[in-house]
Amino acid sequence: MNTHGELATYNFAYLDEQTKRMIRRAILKAIAIPGYQVPFASREMPMPYGWGTGGVQVTAAVIGPDDTLKVIDQGADDTTNAVSIRAFFQKVTNVAVTTSTRQATIIQTRHRIPEEQLGENQILVYQVPIPEPLRFLEPRETETRKMHALEEYGLMHVKLYEDIARNGHIATTYAYPVKVEGRYVMDPSPTPKFDNPKMHMSQALQLFGAGREKRIYAIPPYTEVVSLDFEDHPFEVQTFKDPCALCAATGVYLDEVILDDKGSRMFVCSDTDHCENRRNEGHHGHLSGQALEAQQ
Amino acid sequence: MLQAENTSVYLGGFVQPVFDAQTVFRQVMNAMARPGTITRFDALTTPPAPLISVTGSIAAALFDHDTSVWLEPAQASQPALTGWLTFNTSTKIVAQGFDADFAIVTDAGALPSLESFAQGTQEFPDRSTTIILQVESLDQGPRLVLEGPGIKEKAFISPSGLPDQFCEQCSANRQRFPRGVDLLLVSTQGLIGLPRTVKISRG
Repeated sequence: MNTHGELATYNFAYLDEQTKRMIRRAILKAIAIPGYQVPFASREMPMPYGWGTGGVQVTAAVIGPDDTLKVIDQGADDTTNAVSIRAFFQKVTNVAVTTSTRQATIIQTRHRIPEEQLGENQILVYQVPIPEPLRFLEPRETETRKMHALEEYGLMHVKLYEDIARNGHIATTYAYPVKVEGRYVMDPSPTPKFDNPKMHMSQALQLFGAGREKRIYAIPPYTEVVSLDFEDHPFEVQTFKDPCALCAATGVYLDEVILDDKGSRMFVCSDTDHCENRRNEGHHGHLSGQALEAQQ
Repeated sequence: MLQAENTSVYLGGFVQPVFDAQTVFRQVMNAMARPGTITRFDALTTPPAPLISVTGSIAAALFDHDTSVWLEPAQASQPALTGWLTFNTSTKIVAQGFDADFAIVTDAGALPSLESFAQGTQEFPDRSTTIILQVESLDQGPRLVLEGPGIKEKAFISPSGLPDQFCEQCSANRQRFPRGVDLLLVSTQGLIGLPRTVKISRG
């Protein structure tokens, strides 16, 4: 095939078939045991750990020629990690790519869930840095494994209680622990807790890949996902005082953008596709181009 | 042992191994993620009888030299069948259900007790058997009601040819959660996934 000494050719989706089968078997067990972290033989990928090697391997095992892929990094389609992973899959699979949440069949994400509700024909693949929610409370893998086996999650409640004792409220704002189907406590990856309610009874299948830590886990569609809390300190998501400065959206997750060195700032949608769609539909925030032109 | 004169064992695998395996896996994944829905794919393999094409395709997509497969004694003694599986997938064939990653059951009425297969451990519940159960049909039998993860409220299936105690077996399997086996009901119509989380009752 490669008689001219040109670029090496790769198998479809980069991974060899034996690796894909191994990952696929792990995904099936992960779906059958919602929230349980299935160990898998994570491969070296042509990108460093921390760049989403787990998510990339899960996507590579799932993706087919008919899929349409969207990749987001903190909600944005145009940041370095999203751009390079999208380019990687264009090169090794030649599938269609999109920035539109609605058109995508597979969405690989780093730390956000799109604002638009996902549908039954979609798969959300999370890039996970530390899959073990108990890891910062108990460093030994043998112990955390036993804690999961015995459903011994008191330590996690102690951690949340210590938050309340120190701060008067639960100060955990991202990677907020959830309980899946009443059994396994799971790390939703470092998504803002704002996104936790979207995981509950989601229509889309959610797959999680942690490359360095060699774990795959999953939440099937229509599965109960409850954020841990206390009766007198119920779980609450972040709220924002002002709407998005560009599209005037409320009830969405906003990023703070520093505008100058005099303390000016604006809050804009973290989900770039959602923000663009709203602006195309004619919604304008107070710092959008139209609003600024009208002032002049 | 492969017999040189028995060339049928070399035939009938995936024509396009990469894309066929992806197609089959996606349907199996959808079946597992959404119990109660019948997923389908084209006849991509032609395994020897009594295996049907859907079973052969799942084997070709998921089995390899890292897996072990349990067959019913009547099938394990057929060189054409074991030869086809080992040539097309390189899988090991084991004699004991509790050593198996996968099991293929062609006579659904004589399904062994689910407890006789690998259940996984409390620490590693993923180390359990996935049973591929060939049934007569997926929609001609008595109605069963499914509830659990992957199902919006309730799902209904009507597979025929299941053993009498199937619901009791599945409910005992559910009791052992997170340990337990996962089932794939297959017929020429396609497949239904029954992960260990599913609650089954007669409807």
